[in-house]
Amino acid sequence: MTTFVITKLTFREAARRKILIAAFLLGLAFLTVYGIGFYYVNQELGETVGRNPLENNEVRNFLFMAGMYAVNFLVVIMAVLTSVVTISGEISSGTIQTLVAKPVQRWEIVLGKWLGFAVMLTLYLLFMAGGIIALVYLISGYFVPNIERSLLFLWLNALLLLSVSLMGGAILSTLANGVLVFGLYGLAFIGGWIEHIGSYINNQTAINIGIISSLIIPSEALWKRAAHEMSSPLARTIGFSPFSSPSVPSTLMVWYAVGYLIVALFLAIRFFNNRDL
Amino acid sequence: MTISSDKPAIETQDLRKVFGDKVAVAGLTMRVEQGEVFGFLGPNGAGKTTAMKMLLGLTSPTAGSGSILGSPIGEYRVRARVGFLPEHFRFHDWLTAIEFLKVHADLYQMPKTVTKRRVPELLDMVGLTMHSSKKLKTYSKGMLQRIGLAQALLNDPDLVLLDEPTSGLDPVGRRLVRDIIHELCNQGTTVFLNSHLLSEVEITCDRVAFIKHGEVLRISHLDTLVDGEFTVEVRARNLTPEIISGLTQWSHITRTDGEFLSLTLDHEDSLPLINRYLVNNSVDIYAFRPERVSLEDLFIQIVGTDGGL
Repeated sequence: MTTFVITKLTFREAARRKILIAAFLLGLAFLTVYGIGFYYVNQELGETVGRNPLENNEVRNFLFMAGMYAVNFLVVIMAVLTSVVTISGEISSGTIQTLVAKPVQRWEIVLGKWLGFAVMLTLYLLFMAGGIIALVYLISGYFVPNIERSLLFLWLNALLLLSVSLMGGAILSTLANGVLVFGLYGLAFIGGWIEHIGSYINNQTAINIGIISSLIIPSEALWKRAAHEMSSPLARTIGFSPFSSPSVPSTLMVWYAVGYLIVALFLAIRFFNNRDL
Repeated sequence: MTISSDKPAIETQDLRKVFGDKVAVAGLTMRVEQGEVFGFLGPNGAGKTTAMKMLLGLTSPTAGSGSILGSPIGEYRVRARVGFLPEHFRFHDWLTAIEFLKVHADLYQMPKTVTKRRVPELLDMVGLTMHSSKKLKTYSKGMLQRIGLAQALLNDPDLVLLDEPTSGLDPVGRRLVRDIIHELCNQGTTVFLNSHLLSEVEITCDRVAFIKHGEVLRISHLDTLVDGEFTVEVRARNLTPEIISGLTQWSHITRTDGEFLSLTLDHEDSLPLINRYLVNNSVDIYAFRPERVSLEDLFIQIVGTDGGL
């Protein structure tokens, strides 16, 4: 199937352009810093006399969440930076012409690229998040609740931004597409924080702003849902943590994100189909 | 390769492409037979590339219809029998030449055994065997054009579309492309060639279409074009008006200026007759220069001197 020829080509390009090795080495550096930091914090916890073990786990959970927050951010950046240029760049350079003139349908090219990046992002997420989970467990024996479900939401977030970035690339120039995707991400980000703070002070308007921004692009909502799942039972009960708030994105919002992803990918194919090359 | 002679290789009916308010191709109607080498001639910006892109489904027509090898344009399956070298031959330059050809063979869904045979064969044909393990980013413009040509011939196509295939090549490379086109022609492959390099077209093509401002001005057989019209420049003394008027039985007199005379003939065979007539009438001939109308003259004559601007 020619879709997989494009998938392989996409993967190979990332390898040849040293994206994979750079991501791996910097990921290792990230995990090393994290591991050392976690080790010393954890040691301090063990030496503090009279501390409640449950309280210790709160600190571990907090540090774990900080790590996952950074991982989510890195995976999102990776999703956008690697894919933002792939369609628009190939159109402007002209490399797309010999591909499209082959007995290949255009949707196969878009889907092939999507799959290539999706595989890459999956591996990257598993490496980074898996590294953090393993480090935390090996150093302290602490295991975060609902981790599979949280990873699923982070994965969905990466694929969501990948699809939006491919969609933009099929109609916009690379730079305009970058501005679009990061602009949307920034909007969701600030909307999320407004909702977060609004939910503490019980301001419905602020919460609504957050919900509307999540409807514009549900990326931050996915992170918040993942964060909620990973939160310690105590943080969840008191609803006070920098990472989770009383206003938790609903399951409906998660399904909305799935629908959003599918529509974005569909539009990417449609835009590319109608594009004069 | 089976060639069905009833179906044309390319057929278009009022094919039109408009970008905003710019008409790139205005109603292209033509028919290219199987096994023909067809040249698409026109100044830069005449709509040659756009027309070719429409045939390949890279660009969708605003109006009109067309078919290649019997399938409507835009139908992707037929492209398994088509080869294409784009004008701005830009490829994935992080691949080596061998990898590049293999990727494109996979896109043609060629069986591995065929790929294994075709890749070295084509590298040899375009003279890149020595450089086959180098990445394309180290290639010169000419080398890229050669590997692009190899890519266009991977699938042993029935129809090859070449957009300015010699623009980046040195004389040796041009000769190579010309030889390849002749070879394709001998195999019965149809070649559709976009070019503004008239000498190339003159040497390689069977028929040409002259295109300007997105319109076909004329489609002609190249041999009748070139054989058909002849000019003779004569310098002679003792020319009388009677003798000159006697020349009209074989030619048109386009200019008389003292002892200089320009004639246009319909056929080469009239040359010795004219020569004998002048000698028999005691004309002293100092010069008798027959000249074929070059494609360049014809191009200027048909397309005009404004270069299509």
